[in-house]
Amino acid sequence: MAVREATLAGLSREQLLNMHYQMVLLRRFEEKAAEEYTLGKIGGFLHLYIGQEANGVGMFSALHPDDYVLSAYREHGYAILKGIDPHAVMAELFGKATGSSKGKGGSMHMYSNEHHLIGGQAIVGAQLVMGAGVGLAIQYQGEHRIALVLFGDGAVDEGAFHEALNLASIWKLPVVFVCENNQYSMGMAVTKAWAVSSLEPRAAAYNIPYRKVDGMDALAMREAMREAREHAVNGNGPFLIESLTYRFRGHSMADPAYYRTREEEQMWKATRDPIALFEEKLKAAGIMRDEDIQATNEKVDALVEDCVRFADDSPFPDPDSLYTEVTLDGAGAIAWRNKPSTPRE
Amino acid sequence: MRTIAYRDALREAIREEMRRDERVYILGEDIAGYGGTYSVTKGLFEEFGAKRVKDTPLAEEVIAGAAIGSAIGGLRPIAELMTANFSLLASDQIINSLAKFHYMFGGQSKLPVVIRMPGGGGAQRGAQHSQMLETMYAHIPGLKVVMPATPYDAKGMLKSAIRDDDPVLFIEHELLYSVKGEVPDEGEEYTVPLNRGIVRREGTDVTIVTFSRMVHLSLQAAEELAKEGIQAEVIDLRSVRPIDLDLVLDSLRKTNRVVVAEEGWKYYGTGQGLAALIYEYGFDYLDAPIGHVAGKDVPMPYSKPLEQAALPTRDDIIAAVKAIVPAPAGAGAGA
Ligand SMILES: Cc1ncc(C[n+]2csc(CCOP(=O)(O)OP(=O)(O)O)c2C)c(N)n1
Ligand SMILES: [Mg+2]
Repeated sequence: MAVREATLAGLSREQLLNMHYQMVLLRRFEEKAAEEYTLGKIGGFLHLYIGQEANGVGMFSALHPDDYVLSAYREHGYAILKGIDPHAVMAELFGKATGSSKGKGGSMHMYSNEHHLIGGQAIVGAQLVMGAGVGLAIQYQGEHRIALVLFGDGAVDEGAFHEALNLASIWKLPVVFVCENNQYSMGMAVTKAWAVSSLEPRAAAYNIPYRKVDGMDALAMREAMREAREHAVNGNGPFLIESLTYRFRGHSMADPAYYRTREEEQMWKATRDPIALFEEKLKAAGIMRDEDIQATNEKVDALVEDCVRFADDSPFPDPDSLYTEVTLDGAGAIAWRNKPSTPRE
Repeated sequence: MRTIAYRDALREAIREEMRRDERVYILGEDIAGYGGTYSVTKGLFEEFGAKRVKDTPLAEEVIAGAAIGSAIGGLRPIAELMTANFSLLASDQIINSLAKFHYMFGGQSKLPVVIRMPGGGGAQRGAQHSQMLETMYAHIPGLKVVMPATPYDAKGMLKSAIRDDDPVLFIEHELLYSVKGEVPDEGEEYTVPLNRGIVRREGTDVTIVTFSRMVHLSLQAAEELAKEGIQAEVIDLRSVRPIDLDLVLDSLRKTNRVVVAEEGWKYYGTGQGLAALIYEYGFDYLDAPIGHVAGKDVPMPYSKPLEQAALPTRDDIIAAVKAIVPAPAGAGAGA
């Protein structure tokens, strides 16, 4: 079979190679970010998505550009996949004025109105309840799109999960909830935190359809997302996907992950790496050759280097920007004192 | 005396009180297997086991609620909330229940609950992870809110808090955990009261009233000011509810000038409340308006230079003092 004509899961070779490119980009981008963090170029918290790339790449390949995405703080990958220029993502990590949130947000707070990425939330569970509200706005205005709400297994423990799913269900809101179950919330193993072994009974409790998916398989994630989106966008209410996945690194750069064994990590990295699995699959189907992989790696490396150069060369925010954008009209706590020219009504 | 870190002092207090009283137990996120986000509870699981060192799921409301309920049932819980920012998810239980039970039920209920949490910024953790929220809790009748600045106080006050029959919010600071200080040898029993401030440095020209991490910056500022001939007295409040107002007024009678220094936001905050009390009860002793150093009136930005600009500094304190203290005779260029 000629390489050019092969397809998989109804996707063209070009589409499949693009998914591969995206996974490699997410991986290399964050490996680089981790290096820059240890050099002190990036501060605060840095939560890496390494190991979970197939989730984002698979899901986002089934989204429409108008769909909203709400997420937690492990969101550099989502930002890039939703269309924010990786240069602006790296610059945000560096705290530079050219960052996607002008340096005010940092790693945990990526956002873009243009791309409908409604930001990283650093408060676990916050995006779930807001996601229901975004779904309400879509339904209210009769729009043909969905809100995709992404969260981890830890967020399920918060009341917000239960309040959001119930509301979305009774109001039939066009929301797709996806739990990327990487089996830990910081050091807490999901087996200790949950009274049940999957989200299936919880979905049933709120009368929401549910799929469990291999989160290391980008094509499986894509299929699940297609089904869920179809369901939600056509007025049938919310959908819950649970993916089984693993973060290869610690919770954040500060976490040495003493709560799990190196053997467990090694097992996942050696046998369940989503990029390696995807490459194997595409090669077996005759869609991808080693040359393609090499070309992708080179292209990604060049892009990531360029992102770092851009971030390095960019200026820090203007000191005056400390006080801008607190409110739209620039108001502080005192109404008049600093604005003598403003007329009193 | 030994020199140990703030986090180790806290751990000793918890360990000693758990040995002393079977009813004392701890609960919170990642306190057992992980050893605590800031390593405060490290090793306690190994000593006391799962019955008394309880990892909870990621659910702040039930951490506070279960602490309250177990106190109703006769236990003496110490709940750890990973940071003050997340205490907002528990704040309903804290404000609507914990603070009110004793009064609302006519004095019948007592809730010996300690809730520990760190606040504060300075580590580039951004708007949702850098807040000082003591003002919110200090506003609420029925709570005690303490904020020790040194390892000695951290240990002595935590022991007092655990033994106290009222609810105590024990607010630490992320940047204090590694700060070292002198603490009596293990086995040398001591406690520090929850309602008394302390004079950290004596002076005659101005009183700097402060708490938590700002105590250290205030002491540095006082050293600098001394070089220029200004003698600042530094008061560490240690508790923001109740406030040891007598200590502040006694100092004011001597210095006639006050600067209030805090990390949190200025408006409607602990510092303004304190300043209002000083105006109300100490107006006659004031020779100048009260100076106020506080965090800038913005959510905390991530970018390092912006964050540094948002946080109050030693130099801000020096400037605030100089704004209300006349330059000492013989000081300054050409004088
Ligand atoms: C309300 C709240 N509580 C605690 C935290 C601290 N915290 C940050 S991430 C995290 C674990 C979240 O785990 P999970 O939802 O599984 O997401 P993952 O990190 O695995 O992607 C915790 C406890 C927080 N940010 N917000
Ligand atoms: Mg997780």
